[in-house]
Amino acid sequence: MQWETVIGLEVHVQLATRSKIFSGASTAFGAEPNTQACAVDLGLPGTLPVLNEQAVAMAVQFGLAVHSDIAEVSVFDRKNYFYADLPKGYQTSQMYHPIVGPGEVEITLDDDTTKRIRIHHAHLEEDAGKSLHEDFLGMTGIDLNRAGTPLLEIVSEPDMRSAKEAVAYLKAIHAIVTYLGISDGNMAEGSMRCDVNVSVRPKGQEAFGTRAEIKNVNSFRFVERAIAFEVERQIELIEDGGTVVQETRLFDPERDETRSMRTKEEANDYRYFPCPDLLPVVLDEAYLDHLRSQLPELPADKRERFQSELGLSAYDASVLSASREMAEFFEEVHHVCGDAKQAANWVQGELSGALNRENLSITNSPISARQLGELLSRVMDDTINGKAAKQVFQALWNGQGENADEIIETKGLKQVTDTGAIEAMIDQVIAESPAQVAQYRDAEPDKRGKMIGYFVGQVMKASRGTANPQQVNGVLKAKLDALL
Amino acid sequence: MALEESHVRRAAHLARLAVSDDQATGFVDDLSRILDMVDQLQSIDTEGVSPLAHPLDATQRLRADEVTETNQRDTFQRCAPAVENGLYLVPRVVE
Amino acid sequence: MHDKTLTQLAASLKSGEFSSRELTAHYLQKIEKTDGKLNSFITVTGEQALDQAEAADKARAGGGDTGILTGIPLALKDIFCTRDVKTSCGSKMLDNFIAPYNATVVEKLSAAGTISLGKTNMDEFAMGSSNENSHFGPVKNPWDLKAVPGGSSGGSAAAVAAGLVPAAMGTDTGGSIRQPAAFCGITGLKPTYGRVSRYGMIAYASSLDQAGPMARSAEDCAHLMNVIAGHDVRDSTSVARGVPDYTETLNAPLSGLKIGLPKEYFGDGLAPEVEKAVRDAVKMYESLGATVREVSLPHTHYAIPAYYVIAPAEASSNLSRFDGVRFGHRCKEPIDLMDLYKRSRAEGFGEEVKRRILIGTHTLSEGFFDAYYTKAQKVRRLIRQDFLDAFEEVDVLMGPAAPTPAFDLGAKKDPVSMYLQDIYTIAVNLAGIPGISVPAGFAGGRPIGLQILGTHFAEAQLLNVAHQYQQATDWHLQLPAIAEENA
Repeated sequence: MQWETVIGLEVHVQLATRSKIFSGASTAFGAEPNTQACAVDLGLPGTLPVLNEQAVAMAVQFGLAVHSDIAEVSVFDRKNYFYADLPKGYQTSQMYHPIVGPGEVEITLDDDTTKRIRIHHAHLEEDAGKSLHEDFLGMTGIDLNRAGTPLLEIVSEPDMRSAKEAVAYLKAIHAIVTYLGISDGNMAEGSMRCDVNVSVRPKGQEAFGTRAEIKNVNSFRFVERAIAFEVERQIELIEDGGTVVQETRLFDPERDETRSMRTKEEANDYRYFPCPDLLPVVLDEAYLDHLRSQLPELPADKRERFQSELGLSAYDASVLSASREMAEFFEEVHHVCGDAKQAANWVQGELSGALNRENLSITNSPISARQLGELLSRVMDDTINGKAAKQVFQALWNGQGENADEIIETKGLKQVTDTGAIEAMIDQVIAESPAQVAQYRDAEPDKRGKMIGYFVGQVMKASRGTANPQQVNGVLKAKLDALL
Repeated sequence: MALEESHVRRAAHLARLAVSDDQATGFVDDLSRILDMVDQLQSIDTEGVSPLAHPLDATQRLRADEVTETNQRDTFQRCAPAVENGLYLVPRVVE
Repeated sequence: MHDKTLTQLAASLKSGEFSSRELTAHYLQKIEKTDGKLNSFITVTGEQALDQAEAADKARAGGGDTGILTGIPLALKDIFCTRDVKTSCGSKMLDNFIAPYNATVVEKLSAAGTISLGKTNMDEFAMGSSNENSHFGPVKNPWDLKAVPGGSSGGSAAAVAAGLVPAAMGTDTGGSIRQPAAFCGITGLKPTYGRVSRYGMIAYASSLDQAGPMARSAEDCAHLMNVIAGHDVRDSTSVARGVPDYTETLNAPLSGLKIGLPKEYFGDGLAPEVEKAVRDAVKMYESLGATVREVSLPHTHYAIPAYYVIAPAEASSNLSRFDGVRFGHRCKEPIDLMDLYKRSRAEGFGEEVKRRILIGTHTLSEGFFDAYYTKAQKVRRLIRQDFLDAFEEVDVLMGPAAPTPAFDLGAKKDPVSMYLQDIYTIAVNLAGIPGISVPAGFAGGRPIGLQILGTHFAEAQLLNVAHQYQQATDWHLQLPAIAEENA
């Protein structure tokens, strides 16, 4: 039988606010345990929440970016359950009236086709703390620094049909939130976490199969692997005559499998009700207009513009718009040097290669976009040739100069285009290479083209790489042919 | 809506309250009478009435995104039953 | 000194008749000698109080801008968090809880120069109408030690009535300021929801809880309201709205005041002697120039049912934080986390608290939520509308604060009959409007309270209306015999 996979994602994005969603404690990552858990975060008796305006603004920005309806009135509810790292015995969330309504995201697949994935809604909620299971005399330690960090939970419709689509969707969400600057998107630090709903159905069947929810799949690679495993498990199960049960499963990256979380499932009844300590959040049109006017250009728009206005290929446009940092770097290089293709080639070629070799992100590039742009300007105005440009790039990378001009100057890399100077060098090379000149003269005419390479090399060497190679080629050929 | 002991037991479990058999019987009694009283609500026609969660029709004020709190871990943990290395301790949680 | 009102004491402190230290020492001595019979305090902070009093005296001596309440001793219901002082909320759960911070109300009172004598007894987590639900034992009514003082702010009411403190702070979720004020013959104001910050006040039912003053007179309450009312950035539900000087309008004449008497407040279950006292008070108002008419609050009888869905639902969630992990009672040797939760909470909470947690958990749970919770919230809107409609016709509503005078300790064993005590007070919290209880007579030696209700933010008017009555009567100045013992 042919099976079809149906996937929906719930993505939790930690919003990059300075303070927590309901308190003035810092959200900075990596502090000593419980040093950033204030009275409100700890749920001390009598403490009350006050909503962070930036968390609201960030949620709205996301909503606008995915063309959602923003709720004029949204309401916080309490999700009641006991857990060691949940200080109040409830999580403040939005069950019935989320701030971001239905929207959609366009994803690009490997074959450059696009597909729209619908967003069901996105809501604001508070993060829980962390349980540390290292041995404290058989006890678990609770760190509540993370408790109260604002989360935007983005819930998709079950619109994805393969692990690749799911990954593309997750990447698209990642690009949007990082473009907006509402999250650092750092999956390793838990800034973006993903629950995956997976089911399978016979191809052609309309009704969905029973789904399993895979919790906490926290990298793009894991999403792909967890789905692959889960799909195979479900199909095998059904083909062996079994049925899929609706349950929560955990992905184990070490064993590359998902397994049932039999625990705590038993009696979940979250008893959602409106949080009486918070009032309805009311947003007016003027507020939305204000945020709309401040939205940056988003990845899909950028990709489109890179193609239509800058004439980049679909591939280049897609790579260069994938992250905000990459796009901004590229655009700055382009802005300085004025040539999009040249900028695209260097950012994706020389620069990306060097970054990869040293395992650096583009934000930590030793060469700034301005420096690279200036370097390319010098290639384009023929101040230096391509070979010298690579030398300048390396020197800039190593911090051997402030800018390209300085390095060109100190290293004497300026391209020689003075015909007299070039002719003089050529004359000297010809004079010093009687054997090669003789070979050239005696060679079959169609072999001479290759033999000229030797003379070009010698001239370039003599000019320490600064001679204009095309010019050298032309003059050499004329002079050698004159000797025939 | 009649209340059964299973309801009380389920509520006690959700609310994490240990309840002995004797207590459960007592609670079924008490809670049944309370719910009988509450059931008077069912006789009111509330068609078209929207629920009221807060007595004033106020809306949420927003706080500026500023860090206003400083580390007070030692003060806060003075009232904690068990801490070590700045962590609150609970019996081992198995995931 | 103890027979003076707070307003009179403030004048004496100002004139230098006695110092705050003398006054504070006097009250501390009274507490020590008398409170064994009443049990109105859970914690007395004598040393701190004397230190604060000395500081207040110094501030006064140094001249400068000291507030009118500088050096006035007060007591706080043990529901308000007080830094470095036990804050038990009447519960075993918090018997060991030394609050690490002050409630906003406490901060404001302290900034105004008042002295805290200590923390008063209360029904556990403010759940009760008799103060018999305290982990620290019941409080006795100073007028009759066989009677309850009312609840849940019973300790505050009893302490003020017995002259152990000139005024105290209480909280009112369904009548917990007004009913004990009525039972103990003092004046108690429940402000509009959101008028006084709830930050640091341990929550029972967040959409209903409101703190307010309990004192000998409306004038005293006005002085305290001037200190505690106002917006708090730490409480989202507190209202950003200007605070008037509540003492300024106390003497406004009442001619033309339109009083409404809700007919539902004078029906079955109202003790005849209470009805008589209330009607006599209304006559007094007529003599002061007010006009009186009957009005209707048609959904009155649904207030208790609605309340016993909404309040326990909120409470069941609010009280989840008492889990034995970060503060409060933890059971001995838990075998696992579930055991820790279940036993810590079973041991830490009393019967009434458990009852309400169970009711709230049940009514919020799947399959019951709409029938109970959503329904109760709809009824809540109808109840509020009743009041808003009535206030289109009249300025204030008057009626009894409770159906009977204080009942005997142990008289109401059935929870539902206890709940019915709050028939006249509970709708006020659902609607969020302010209400005040003022002494209006006695029956069998036990005080009777007149309740006056106003529309949202009408506190100044309520205090004015109550003050004018107190200028014409002296019920509020009468003291129980126990107040004169050890005087």
